Parts: sequence; structure tokens; C-alpha cells
Amino acid sequence: MKSITKNISMKRTVSDKDHFNIPEMPAANPIVIDSTKCTGCNRCVNICQVDLLLPNIIKGAPPVVMYPGECWYCGCCVVECPVEGAIKLRHPLMNRVFWIAKEELK
Amino acid sequence: MAIRDWPYPLEWEKEETIDTDILVLGGGVAGCMAAIAAAKSGQRVLLVEKGATKMSGAGGSGCDHWESAATNPCSKVTPEELTHAMLNDNDGFNNGISHYIECREGYDRLLDIEKMGGKIRDTDDEFRGAAFRDEKTRLLFAYDYVNRYTLRVWGTTFKPAMYKELKRLGVRIIDRVMITSLLTLSGKQENRVIGATGINTRTGRFYIFRTRVSIMCMSRPSRIWLFSASLPGLCEFRPPQCVGDGHAMGWRAGAEFTMMEKSVGAEFSASGRSYPPYAAGNNHNTWYGASIIDSKGREIPYADRDGNILTGISDRFMPSPGQTFFLKGGSVDNPKYEYRGPETLPYPDMIAKGYKLPFYADLSGLPESERRVIWGMMVGEEGKTKIPVYQNYTKSGFDPEKHVIQCYGTGWTSAEFLPDERQLFGLPGGFLNDWNLSTNLEGLFTAGDSLYSSNCYGHAAATGHYAGRHAAEYAEGIKISEPRKNQVNNEKERVYGPIHNRPSDSIGWKELNMGISKIMKNYCGEIKHDELLKIGLKQLTDYEDSIVSETYAYNPHELVRLLEVFDILSVSRIILYACLSRKSSSKPLCFIKYNSPEISDTGSLITIRQTGNEIITRELHTDFYGDLKKNYEKYNKEYINEKNSIG
Repeated sequence: MKSITKNISMKRTVSDKDHFNIPEMPAANPIVIDSTKCTGCNRCVNICQVDLLLPNIIKGAPPVVMYPGECWYCGCCVVECPVEGAIKLRHPLMNRVFWIAKEELK
Repeated sequence: MAIRDWPYPLEWEKEETIDTDILVLGGGVAGCMAAIAAAKSGQRVLLVEKGATKMSGAGGSGCDHWESAATNPCSKVTPEELTHAMLNDNDGFNNGISHYIECREGYDRLLDIEKMGGKIRDTDDEFRGAAFRDEKTRLLFAYDYVNRYTLRVWGTTFKPAMYKELKRLGVRIIDRVMITSLLTLSGKQENRVIGATGINTRTGRFYIFRTRVSIMCMSRPSRIWLFSASLPGLCEFRPPQCVGDGHAMGWRAGAEFTMMEKSVGAEFSASGRSYPPYAAGNNHNTWYGASIIDSKGREIPYADRDGNILTGISDRFMPSPGQTFFLKGGSVDNPKYEYRGPETLPYPDMIAKGYKLPFYADLSGLPESERRVIWGMMVGEEGKTKIPVYQNYTKSGFDPEKHVIQCYGTGWTSAEFLPDERQLFGLPGGFLNDWNLSTNLEGLFTAGDSLYSSNCYGHAAATGHYAGRHAAEYAEGIKISEPRKNQVNNEKERVYGPIHNRPSDSIGWKELNMGISKIMKNYCGEIKHDELLKIGLKQLTDYEDSIVSETYAYNPHELVRLLEVFDILSVSRIILYACLSRKSSSKPLCFIKYNSPEISDTGSLITIRQTGNEIITRELHTDFYGDLKKNYEKYNKEYINEKNSIG
């Protein structure tokens, strides 16, 4: 058990020099935060049962959507947000449902 | 995306021991109600939840209808009639005890929730005069408007109200901790449960909880057959962190399970193959009563169980001539004739008659109150609908008086799945329980989706409260025991093992989950062959023996995801053992055994547990619980007396 505590530090593991910091677009972007409205209160971070957001290391800055693929699309982050329009939840493209005016059906 | 520093303090290995009298494992609907009931005994209650209790669990974001409230003042069905219907509809393969509790106490729990601040009746008179409203009590009903045993409720208010109540009662809540194992007396399997271990999902801190009694309130298993690495959050109907951890740790501790061989052809999600629940056109569940039209605008008629076309919209909510009541709701799939309610005519028949695809759900022709109760209340109060469906559709211009929404499948599904893609859905297997909702392990009670044949919100709330009461009574005479050091240390080694490996040559949680679900599709699909099941079991055992030790997680969040997949691995093995144990096909269990089509099924439950490396099974009559009313009253004298004294 002793060896476990030794040398375990997140900094070491994530800054391994053999990793490139090349970004990749995720399969879906479920949560869109408007940084001009977000106050960085982290209520969304703390209500998310999946825990997919991380608080920003800069105090007051918007949280980071760290694990977008894990979103369950429940919308609790939006419900908890105290600022109207600061956070949006959107279904991925392939989950957007087609609807039409009934009078167009012929 | 730039790699960022982990924002939480890292506390790998740091140990914290917490004592309590009653430990509630899981803070969903069942866990909250268990903790609330237990707290009334005056003992210390600790609730541990992986997410955030205020809105966690399958019911955390809302609920639009509450089934089986047979004791509400307007119900024309008794708890006995309703439970017997649910049992009979599944040829006995259903949990008589837990569903009787649901039918008998569900409405009591609604009244509790109302006192906590939840909205259960139309206090704002939004639906005055509607056919589904009782003007005196202001309760709103769904489906069967004659028998009035299922209520429409404002479920988005429920979980936050329970959370407030927990705080008011002084329940200690620890969020963001995943329970990883049960601690047993002397560290021995099958001994009394004396506590649990946990890990903080953000810091990695290790917890030892010591208690007089524990109540298992975790989810049913998921992601056994269905997994996508790109959208893991959309794999199943329930939230992605609800994977059946409780089943896995219960199994390791020696708990007895039943109906674990049951799975159904996938109905939902599979990472976006289907559309989000309640978001596409259909006329089931939340959307029951909606009209369905074809692409020329022609209506698909509703018919009663005898095929008689129903002309009036109000007929959709009435039993057939000669029928006492009908069953509808989350776990009622294709009910027997006796209980079958109105349905639209089968889509394939309509297509053959010249109706043109696609079909649409159309609310425009419904009476105004029916339209508004579906679009605005049901869609709005049901989980996952308020923001992504009701609010987003409305903002983009959807008007239920003018627009129609496309249907993508039949029934309430919105996709077709392959036969080998399975789910634990519609009354799946789980912990076996007795009349106290105790498991076979002393000191471990169980409620909600941990139970075998669980279904919905009302069931979770009613069984949670019941288990909380009975566990509190049990705890009175029990002393807290010191867990064995080696049991704790072994668990620590298991939990922290993956962080010692290197990312460059290890396996991550997604790869492991994909591997498991492919094995389950290949070897435990729709039709079960013993030889295939054995190969599947061998491969999963190899995973357990050699792959688990080769996994890696970058941070506490990923480690928790990985520990969940270890639990999925355990649950998959339970399922394979259970499938091997049942020798013949069973229709109510949706179970097809290839090698013995000529054997008729015994019609009994098979229970399964583990002792050491040995698998122990036994047969149990489906009605092992005896006379429902008599036994309930025998085990709940105090509750009944208290209720009577309040009037």
C-alpha cells in the first residue's frame, strides 16, 4: 500500500511530455455557456449528477465542459442557473426531432 | 482542448472513517425517502450519493405521473386488485411484496411529498373542469379516467423538496462519493453487513462508513449490452452513472438475487439510435391520448381491446365494455386481454391499408385541457423534458395547436434495435427481498431499483420509505462493529490499483465497457445457448483476472467511471450465471433457451448467489410472499396504527 501514495500527482500524469495538446471536436456539444453572462458561480457544476463540468481554475470564469459525451441531457444545469440564458442545453444533431405545420401535410 | 490542471485537491488514499446508525446507499428517490423515514426514529442517518442528491437519480429531474396510487380518495381499484393484476399480467414474475407496498402506501408518500413542498394537485386551478380532474381534491389523473389510480404530478418539484426535508430532519448528506463495497462482520462473505467503503468522485479520498444497518437504494444495472464510447451518457434510459453498482457489491458480499436472466430487446437510447425519450412523436406514457396521423393528415384510429374503433377522444381514457380497469404505464408492455387498454390500430396494418409514412403525433385536435396537460405539464414535468424538450421546442417555434411531431418507431420507442441488443428494462432482476425489504444478508435492507422487478417513481418512493422504517427498527438493538483491516485494505488496493499503471499502455474505462458489451451481445443475446454463455463467461472471467489489472484512469472522475465498469463486469457475470441456471425458455422473463425448446419451464423464480467461488441457485415459488394483505398487516402494525390514529 505504501507505494500508492508515492509519486501520485495529477500534474505529473497529465503533463507527460509524450502527449500532444491537439484539440479534437467532441461527438456532441451538449452544453453551451455564454461567457458574457456566466458569473462562474458553479451551480451547474454542483448540480450535475454525472459530474461532467469542472469549475474553472480562474475564479469567476465559466466552468469547463470537460466530459460532454457523458451528458444525459436532463437539463438540471439550466434549471439551477441563476442567470437567464447563461447556459443552454441542446440535443445533438442526430437527436433533433422533425416537426412540421399540420396544414403542410397533404 | 488544452490539458488542464485538476481543479479539486487530490486526496488519493487519504482515509476518513464516519460512524452512523443508519447508512443509506444512494440518494435517488428511494434513498431520499428511506433516509426521511429512518430519520423519524431519532437515530443518526447518513445518506451517501454519487451525484448531487438535490436532483440525482433516475427521477431527479422530474416525473409526470405517479402509478398505482390505489389508496387515493378517488381510486376505484383496491391495492389488492391492482397488485394481483400486475402479478397476473407477468405470470407471477413480478415482486408481489414491493408492488403491494407501492399500491398500498404510494399515496401516503405523495401526501408526505406535498407536505415537504412538492406539488401533487392542481392548486392553481389550471385544469378546472377537465375530464381528468377531481374538482374536490384537485387531483389530476392519467390513462384510466374511470378508475383514477394513476396521478399526474408536478414531479420536477419532488426531488428538491425531499432534499430540503432531509436537511430539515438533520440527515447527513455526503454527495460525490461512490460506494465501492459492503463491509461485513469479520470481513467474511455472507456475514452481517456492518458498513461500506466509498471514494470521492472529485478528490479520490477513501471513506469507511460504519453503521448499525444499511439500506441499498442504488440503481438497476445498465450498459451491459449497449455502449458507445463517443456518447456514453446516451447509452441507456437511466442516467449514465446509474450502472448497478449495488448489484455488483451485493453479489460480492453474498447477497441473493432473482430474475437476473431477464433482459428485454432494447427499447431506448443506444447512444442516440433512438430519439430522446418523450421528445419524438408517440402516444404512450407521457404522450398517452395524443392523436396519431399519417403524412396526409389522416388519423390512425384508436380501438378498444376487442378492436372496436373508438370515435370520441374521451373513449381513449375509458375501460372497454365489461372491463373493470386497464393497465397502462412505464412497465406495462403489451398487457393481457384482461388488462389491455385502448391503443391505436397497429401501424403495419395501417400502412397495408394505404396510410402513408411517416406518422406524426398531433395534439391540435384534442380538447384544450388534454393538449395542455400533455404539452406543458406532462412534457415539462417528466424527467429530461422541461429544458431540452418543452423549453427548447417552444423557443424554436413549436406550437402544439399547429405543429405535429414525427414518430420514428412503434409504441413508445423511436428506433429499431437488433435482437441481440438487450436492456434491463421493464421489471428487471435484482435483490431478493422479504416482507421487511431485507435482503438475505443481515443488516442490509433494499429499496427502489435495487429490488427485483422494480419499476417507477411511486415504487421507489414507497419501498424507500418502507425499507427506511424497517431498517430503523432493526438498528435499535445493533452495535457498531469495527471492520476487519484486511477487508478495507483489499478494497483500497482494488480501488486504487488502476492509478499505478501508465496511460500509454493501459486500457481505459470506455474500452473495457465496449469489450464487455460486445461479449454480452455475442454470447448472451436474444437466444441463449449454454455453450455460448459458457464462452462468454470464460471471456469475462479472463477480463476480471487479467484485464482489470491493466486499466488506467487519469483522475478521480475517470477512476469512478472505471470502477463502474468493473461493476458492469460483475453484473454481466451474474447475468451469465443466471442464464445458465434457467434450463428452459420463459415467456414472462423474455428468456429464450436454444438447447431445450422441448422442456417446459417450471414457472418458478430462480435465485442466485455466490459463496466463495461457488454459485448457489435455488427455485422459489413466484408467490413465496403469501397472502399480500395479511402479511402486510402483520409486518406493519405500528404504521397502520399510527395512520389510523391520525385519521
